[in-house]
Amino acid sequence: MTDLSQEWPSPAPGAAPLPRMIGAQAALELRTLVRNGEQLLLTLIIPVLLLLAFGHEDLVSIGSGSRIDFIVPGILALAVMSTAFTSQAIGTGFERRYGVLKRLGASPLSRPGLITAKTVTVLTVELMQAAIVLAVGAILGWRPAASPDAALWVVVLLLAGTAAFSGLALLMAGTLRAEATLAAANLLYLIMLGLGGVLFPLTKFPAGMQPVLRLLPAGALSEGLRSVLAHGGGLPVADLLALCVWAGVAIALAARTFRWE
Amino acid sequence: MSSTPALEIDGLVKRYRNTTAVAGLSLRAERARVTAILGPNGAGKTTTIETCEGYRKPDDGTVRVLGLDPVRDARALRPKVGVMLQSGGVPSTVRAGEYLRVMASFYAHPLDSAALLDLLGLTSSAGTPYKQLSGGQQQRLALAAAVIGRPELVFLDEPTAGLDPQARHATWQLIEGLRAAGTAVILATHYMEEAERLADQVAIVDHGRLVASGSPGELTGSDGQLRFRAEPGLDTDALIAALPPGAAAKESPAGHYRIEVADRVDPQLIASVTAWCAEHGVLARDLQIESRTLEDLFLEVTGRELRS
Repeated sequence: MTDLSQEWPSPAPGAAPLPRMIGAQAALELRTLVRNGEQLLLTLIIPVLLLLAFGHEDLVSIGSGSRIDFIVPGILALAVMSTAFTSQAIGTGFERRYGVLKRLGASPLSRPGLITAKTVTVLTVELMQAAIVLAVGAILGWRPAASPDAALWVVVLLLAGTAAFSGLALLMAGTLRAEATLAAANLLYLIMLGLGGVLFPLTKFPAGMQPVLRLLPAGALSEGLRSVLAHGGGLPVADLLALCVWAGVAIALAARTFRWE
Repeated sequence: MSSTPALEIDGLVKRYRNTTAVAGLSLRAERARVTAILGPNGAGKTTTIETCEGYRKPDDGTVRVLGLDPVRDARALRPKVGVMLQSGGVPSTVRAGEYLRVMASFYAHPLDSAALLDLLGLTSSAGTPYKQLSGGQQQRLALAAAVIGRPELVFLDEPTAGLDPQARHATWQLIEGLRAAGTAVILATHYMEEAERLADQVAIVDHGRLVASGSPGELTGSDGQLRFRAEPGLDTDALIAALPPGAAAKESPAGHYRIEVADRVDPQLIASVTAWCAEHGVLARDLQIESRTLEDLFLEVTGRELRS
C-alpha cells in the first residue's frame, strides 16, 4: 500500500471507460438493495408469499381455469411493479434528498450512464424475481398453456412494463419530496395489487370499469402476461401498446420535470 | 494547457427569484495554489462554487474552470475536478470503503483507496455504513471521494466544519499535499485560522461581491497593533492625544486596550504609550505587539452585525 502522507501523487485525471463505471454503479446499487430488508420484503418476499397463498389456498374464486395458472402471470407483473416502480421510486427519492444524485452529477459517470446503471440494476433484480416466481410456480403445479413464441412475448411485455413503471417512478421521485414519494409509491403498490389484475381478475369488476383498468399499466401488464401464459395467446398488441404509451409519456414527463437536487 | 489559470470568474451574477446571491463577482485562482473563499453566511460562497462545479448556469458573466465552461464542457471537465459538497452526497447504507472503491472505479488513474482511508484515519470504519459514521468521519469520506480521481482542481466547501483538531490537521495535511503535487484547491471556509495557515490567496466575499483579496500577508499588511491590559475605564481620548498622529485607541472588552496604527508599531509608539501610562499611574500588563489578523480584517470589511 502506498503511503500518501510521504508524497502526494501529482494530478492524473481521466474517466474510466463507460462500461466499467456503469458496472460499478449497478453492482453497488444491487448490493445496497440486497442488504436492505424492506426492499427485499417488497421485491421478493411479498410476491412469493402471495404466490404461495393465492396459488395454493382456495382464497379467491377466479372462475374457470386453474388457480396457479391465473396467479403466476399476476405475480410476475407484481414483481415488475415492486422493483421498477415502488422500490426505484423510493430509492431514487431518497438519493435525491441526500444529495447522492447531485454528487454523482459531478463525477465522471454521466446522467445517461447513471440511468443505464439503474436500468441494469432493475432488470437484474427482475430476472432474479422471475426465476424465483417461475420456480415456486412450477413447484405448485404451474403448467403454462403457452404458444411457442410465448417466451419472446413475455420478455417484450416485461420490458415495456419495466419502461412504463420506471418512467412513473422517476416522475414521482424527481418532483415530490422523498417522504411523499415513499408514501405514494407504497399506496399505489397496494392499489395496483387490488385493481391491477394481479390477484383478482379484472372481470370481477363492474363492466364499465374493466376497459379503464385494462388500460392502466398494471392491468395491461398482468392481463397481457396472462393472455400469453395462461390462454396461449399471441402478442397482446393492445396491452403492449398501452404499456408503450405509458412508458413514452412518463419518461418524457420525467425527463422534463426531474430535479436532481 | 497548464498555463490557463485553474479558475477564472469574471463578473459572475446569479439570482434566485427575488434575491441576488452573486452580484458581479470576479476571481482568479492559480494552479498548485490554495485559494480560500471567506465570507459570512449567505455571502454567496456556495452559489459561486456550485456555479463553478456546473450545477448552476450564470445569469451573467463568465466562469472558466481549467479554461473550460463548466456547463458546456461538463463532460470533459468532470474527470478533472474533484468536488466535496457542504454536506451529504453519499448513500446512507453504503459502507465507507465500498463507496470509495466505487468512486475510484469511475476514474482512469485513481489513488489507492485503502491508502487514502488510512491517511484520513478511516481504515477501521471501512466496513461501517455511511449513516453510522460520525459527522467528522462522514466529512473525511466526502473529502476522500473528492480527491480519489487525482483531479487538477478540487472544490472543498467547508471541509473542516465540525471536525475535531486531529481530523482538522489530517485534512490540512492532505490539502498541503495536494498543493505540493500541483493540484489547485478552492477552499470555502469560516475558519480564519485555516485560511491563514493554508491559503496562498484569500478572497473575502460579502453580499455576492469580492470585498478584499490577496495573500494573507498582503491582506493583513504591515498594519500593526499594540495590545495591553489595564484597569478599566482609562481615558482613551487623552491617550490618543499623547500618541503620534494617526493612531487609534479602543477599549474592548473592558480593561483590554488596543492601539492601532496605519503603519508598523515602532519603538516611538511603545515609548509614548508607556510614558502616558507612567504619567497616569497605570500599570500596563501583557503588552503585546501584533500584526492585524485575518479575522480583524474580515470583521472590518464585512462588518460585525450578525447574519441570518
